[in-house]
Amino acid sequence: MIGAITAGLFSAGTPAVTNSYESIATVTVGSGGSSSISFSSIPSTYKHLQIRAIARASGPYTYDQTNMTFNSDSGSNYSWHQLNGNGSSVTANGGTSTTFMRIADETAANNNANCFGGMVIDVLDYADTNKYKTARSLWGYEDNSTGTVGLRSGNWRSTSAVSSITLVCSNNWLQYSSFALYGIKG
Amino acid sequence: MAAGSTYTPLATTTLGSSQTSYTFTSIPSTYTDLVLVINAGIATLDDYPAIQVGNGSIDTGTNYSKTELYGTGSAAASFRDTSQAAIYCPVINQTNAGSYNAIFNFQNYSNTTTNKTVLFRTNNYSANVSADVGLWRSTSAINQIKVGLYYGTSGRAYVAGSTFTLYGIQAA
Repeated sequence: MIGAITAGLFSAGTPAVTNSYESIATVTVGSGGSSSISFSSIPSTYKHLQIRAIARASGPYTYDQTNMTFNSDSGSNYSWHQLNGNGSSVTANGGTSTTFMRIADETAANNNANCFGGMVIDVLDYADTNKYKTARSLWGYEDNSTGTVGLRSGNWRSTSAVSSITLVCSNNWLQYSSFALYGIKG
Repeated sequence: MAAGSTYTPLATTTLGSSQTSYTFTSIPSTYTDLVLVINAGIATLDDYPAIQVGNGSIDTGTNYSKTELYGTGSAAASFRDTSQAAIYCPVINQTNAGSYNAIFNFQNYSNTTTNKTVLFRTNNYSANVSADVGLWRSTSAINQIKVGLYYGTSGRAYVAGSTFTLYGIQAA
């Protein structure tokens, strides 16, 4: 739907016309923590999907990583690339024929207290059965001592419509980590 | 799965004359994320947009930090600000009210458990592009956002025609 404000989709949140951006589901991690979350039975009626999240992991590190897969596909059908800045240097790398997309990083146990990483993930044309599926993210964490901000892209080499999304943490996400799924109409 | 229309415009302003800042107040706590969209120019000289937030009043203490990834026309680099009095954005240096735009995502802004993370991107057609993550070291809910300038002096101000728009996104 195109109106006075173009209903484009950017990781940084280009506004959509009223009623074209809908909340679908939210998963908030409880006191026991969780190493993965899933959105299942995703309706095919939207054009794009967006996940907006904050997260903190339990591992004894200053960051942890979030990996994403679709439709429970654990095969080597993914690839990803990243461009990151850590406050002093810029890095770029990626992976091909991987079993997941590395889509974001977040804080972990050795970061300053109460600091959570943020991520905005877009999955474009997720229900289109003529295309491979491309995702992109804007993500970052900052705790007044360390931090990293990054842009990532990922690809799932399948023309199947995405009906489920699984996000996995290398360790456990801590309580109050929260993942919200939205659908954007086209 | 529940589905609900969201991404609600909360407030917007287009400056009728130059101003050094604009503040959104009485932001409701009923949303999950806030999105702030800025499209602006600067009256004279260079300055740096400065984002401050607060609960009940704007926090002017050195409780902000930021990590930035940016590219100019010739190089890419990264740097960090720590313990600052605001989240300072890359330079704004053109007079056209559409020369500089930035979109800020204040994530889970109303929770009272976590410090507040903001993801944002800036674009200045004459200078650079950036991706940033900022932090307000407070577990208080955000109900005010101020868009100011690092200097805001010697004629430095957002020009007439600059726009500031705030949206709320409610998770299911």
